[in-house]
Amino acid sequence: MNIYSVAYKNLLRKKVRTALTASGIALSAWVLATLFGFNRGYESGLNRDVDNMGFQVLLTAKGCPYEAATLMLKGGTGLRYMEEDVVKTVSSNKEVEAVTRMLMQGVFDPNKGDSGAIAAYLGVDTHTFPAMKPYLEFKQGGWFKTNDGYEAVMGYEAAELEAREVGDPLLIPDLGTELKVVGVLKRTGTQDDGTIFLPLDTVQKIFKKEGKLTGLGIKVDKNADMGAFENRLYDLPDVQVVSMAQVKTTIMSLVSSARVIVFAIAFIAVLIAMAGVVNTILMSVIERYGEIGILKSMGAMPLDIFRMIWMETAILCSLGGFGGILLSLATARAAEAAVRHFLPYTPNGDMIAVNFSIAAGAFGVIFVGGLLSGVYPAWRAARVRPLEAIRNEGE
Amino acid sequence: MDTVLTAKDLRKTYHRGSEDVHAVDGVSFDAGAGELTAIIGPSGSGKTTLLNLLGCLDNPSSGSLSVGGEEIFGGKAELSEGTLTGIRRRNFGYIFQKFYLIPTLTVLENIMLPGVFYRGAGAGRTPQELLKQLGLENRAAHLPAELSGGEMQRVAIARALINAPKILLADEPTGNLDSKRAGEIEEILHTLADGGITVIMVTHNLELARTADRVIEIRDGRIHAQ
Repeated sequence: MNIYSVAYKNLLRKKVRTALTASGIALSAWVLATLFGFNRGYESGLNRDVDNMGFQVLLTAKGCPYEAATLMLKGGTGLRYMEEDVVKTVSSNKEVEAVTRMLMQGVFDPNKGDSGAIAAYLGVDTHTFPAMKPYLEFKQGGWFKTNDGYEAVMGYEAAELEAREVGDPLLIPDLGTELKVVGVLKRTGTQDDGTIFLPLDTVQKIFKKEGKLTGLGIKVDKNADMGAFENRLYDLPDVQVVSMAQVKTTIMSLVSSARVIVFAIAFIAVLIAMAGVVNTILMSVIERYGEIGILKSMGAMPLDIFRMIWMETAILCSLGGFGGILLSLATARAAEAAVRHFLPYTPNGDMIAVNFSIAAGAFGVIFVGGLLSGVYPAWRAARVRPLEAIRNEGE
Repeated sequence: MDTVLTAKDLRKTYHRGSEDVHAVDGVSFDAGAGELTAIIGPSGSGKTTLLNLLGCLDNPSSGSLSVGGEEIFGGKAELSEGTLTGIRRRNFGYIFQKFYLIPTLTVLENIMLPGVFYRGAGAGRTPQELLKQLGLENRAAHLPAELSGGEMQRVAIARALINAPKILLADEPTGNLDSKRAGEIEEILHTLADGGITVIMVTHNLELARTADRVIEIRDGRIHAQ
């Protein structure tokens, strides 16, 4: 028998009270781990989404920069158009390694989902686009060979939704144009999964947008002076420049604001848990004044009593903290689904990433917070004089 | 008979407002090895306060106390809690009217409890020997709630003996027991005294007091008769 087993058994005296306090700690640990995981998952998901664009700068027709961000991240529609001449102007800059032309179009498909949805068609240059997206792999087939064929490459989710395989026809609603599916992409975890890629010239032709583009992706030399290059692009008429760094900064500044609220909630959760620990342990000490006095009369030093009570706190916080971490792992996917439901934009991939360091961090915060809150009750217990026990006996 | 404990002119004064209350007022006496002393007196006479001073549970206002030849109080400044604990570890065992057993520990664990805090404990007999001596060998794995009052007090006695104390202090050891169980505890206390342990008990039980080697009657903080 040692001080740990005595402390553990002390906690078993009031099982319901111990269980309720441990549950409170577990809930706090759960909130903490989930929020930490969300913070990390959201940030890395966003970085991944933006990095997977394959180019560092996107040129679009002048308009709201948030529309531009939406174009890149959501494949939105309702955009303005640039003239294709801009390609020559941009390509003449020495910093440009490659450019790829894009024309996004959206068509309302009444057969999509329960009440219809926008089907996004992205016209891409078959000679340049695949080279900028080397991470795209095919589940079936491959890229179209020319820019004017009536062929389509479907993102993984788009193909699943439309139930299409290579060789199947694909009809564009309203226009009555039939395409042939020549490739189905593997899942990427990005917006590409929901996109239908068509040859650029074909999209320009069937949507009557010859010589028009919605976007020009620009891959810049790694050693180039990005700032100077972007400044030159800003001088071009009727176009706007959206750099990935800018998009990241914009969204991350929003995320940072949200992070303050998130950490405030986490802090409150920890405070609530600490208050619960103080209450439980202090109650337990007050109920055991007599016993603690007897222990001291038997030879327990004040430090021994402090250690015993502190150990009870540590055990309680360990149990609750561990339970909360398990809970956060078990409910990460459900919490993620809830967050996706409520947030207007969420990156692809695991958005609540509770890994070992997150779990250890959350456990550490709860454990240390719990230990701190156990100091006062332990100090009160250590100060009990044996005489008090005897006086209690006389009462 | 070797003297184990010597108290000289022990006093304990409490200040209540402007009034001084002399709970113990100049008590002197010796206790020899293996002697069983009963302290009796009406409620509020100062007998429990005296026991606390003798057991180093409290500092006296003045006077001296020596245990086993070691002077503990005697013109020194008030001793710290840590110093008093060290003295108690080496010399005393305590039993009380309420048994103060830890309800979630078994009988054996309760007896071994002092060893958790004091590595030198158990220098005397093993917990199993104490269980046997006190007739608890079949109760080792039981929880206190499963014991009778008499058994609980016997566990408390075993716990007090695990440090092999020179002196056993008992405050109303039969106060919560019926006459049959009280008789059992009386027999155990006599056996311990016969074994060389000095037993000092405070009691209201005059039948128990009459069996002691010496009876000290306290009134108003002073020895009235012995």
